[in-house]
Amino acid sequence: MRKGWGRRVEWRDEGIVLSVRRHGETAAIVDAFTREHGRHAGIVRGGTSRKIAPVLQPGAQVDLLWRARLESHLGSYQVEPVRSRAAAAMGSRLSLAGLNAVTGMLAFCLPEREVHSLLYQRSEQLLDLLGQDEIWPLAYLRWEMALLEDMGYGLDLTRCAATGAGDELIYVSPKTGRAVSRDGAGAWADRLLPLPPCLRGQGDAGDAEIAEALGTTGYFLQHHLAPGLGQGLLPSARARFVERLIRSG
Amino acid sequence: MNGTKDIDALIALMARLPGLGPRSARRAVLHLIRKRAVLLAPLADALTRVAATARECLNCGNVGTTELCDICTSEIRATGQICVVEDVADLWAMERAAVFRGRYHVLGGTLSALDAVGPETLRIPRLIDRIATENVTEVILALNATVDGQTTAHYIADQLPGIRITSLAQGVPIGGELDYLDDGTISAAMRARRDI
Repeated sequence: MRKGWGRRVEWRDEGIVLSVRRHGETAAIVDAFTREHGRHAGIVRGGTSRKIAPVLQPGAQVDLLWRARLESHLGSYQVEPVRSRAAAAMGSRLSLAGLNAVTGMLAFCLPEREVHSLLYQRSEQLLDLLGQDEIWPLAYLRWEMALLEDMGYGLDLTRCAATGAGDELIYVSPKTGRAVSRDGAGAWADRLLPLPPCLRGQGDAGDAEIAEALGTTGYFLQHHLAPGLGQGLLPSARARFVERLIRSG
Repeated sequence: MNGTKDIDALIALMARLPGLGPRSARRAVLHLIRKRAVLLAPLADALTRVAATARECLNCGNVGTTELCDICTSEIRATGQICVVEDVADLWAMERAAVFRGRYHVLGGTLSALDAVGPETLRIPRLIDRIATENVTEVILALNATVDGQTTAHYIADQLPGIRITSLAQGVPIGGELDYLDDGTISAAMRARRDI
């Protein structure tokens, strides 16, 4: 980062485009998830032009040069494409729904200008798998668990919260996010969330099982993470992705 | 400047039009004043008429001056095909190309989770009604090749089972040079290659 009296603040980083909003006639405000600066917005002059607009699609990997007079300013981005992911996603309904879910969830969850390097790395890996529909839903589930972990709401699925047992873990406590075994659940079983094996990285997860697991992670995203961020309902793009998964399963 | 108050107001309004700024608005207004009889007065008349009558077509969402637009009431246009576009500018672009002689349906935007644009905000329920009542055999989705555009296309296709749904091809534009194309366009063009 370069700054000083009479100089501008500037940095260069790589990032994933989360959203683009038109600003005036020719500019666009780009919200990107960057490797070293977290979720960060900036104006792209000429961002609606024929040359730049195709680059600024959600999910695109871009090289960003951010400049501003003060660090607190919105600042402007100079964008260069690294790789586009929209084309890979557009060929498949599931991939497109997945791409929307990832960018929507990142925009929903991430506070601005807070670094999340590990989550960035996981997000980049997940988006690079777009188009591989047979493995993508499970990869998305893993990513969503990583998102919960990174945001401080990770699930502890190693041992039963009631008995300490490590086997027959089939429930998750909606209050603590800890696993509960069949014996440990007792009369509380109907108040607990399902814990499909794929949530613990076990078994040959089918789409229906992954959708069930996403129901559990979705509960924690909606009832724990969202209130913690002062947010309301999860992005509808996530619900559409889960719906698409159920249909294909 | 008291003497030019009305003209200043006109310049300020013109400067709010797309593509115009204060300087170009001044030039345009000056030109209108110089051509008062042939340009300014007819323009003022046309503006007054359009302001009084412009409305969205109740059937397709196109802009016109009657309840049903000229395309919807035309008897020479085919009724079996509906071309779905995002907004009126896209409809006009299709009409300029003069390659489609069916009817249109303007959605009024695309689905966008971030901007909270859901299916109920768009004119999708009306499209479903039209397909049921207008004996439609094919729906052509002429939506933008963007993530939002294609998400909307897939959503509409899901809502219309049992009917032929097509979409515009994606690939190298006429006059386009491969060296200047983004990798997404090249990969889409490669996937859609055809025998020659």
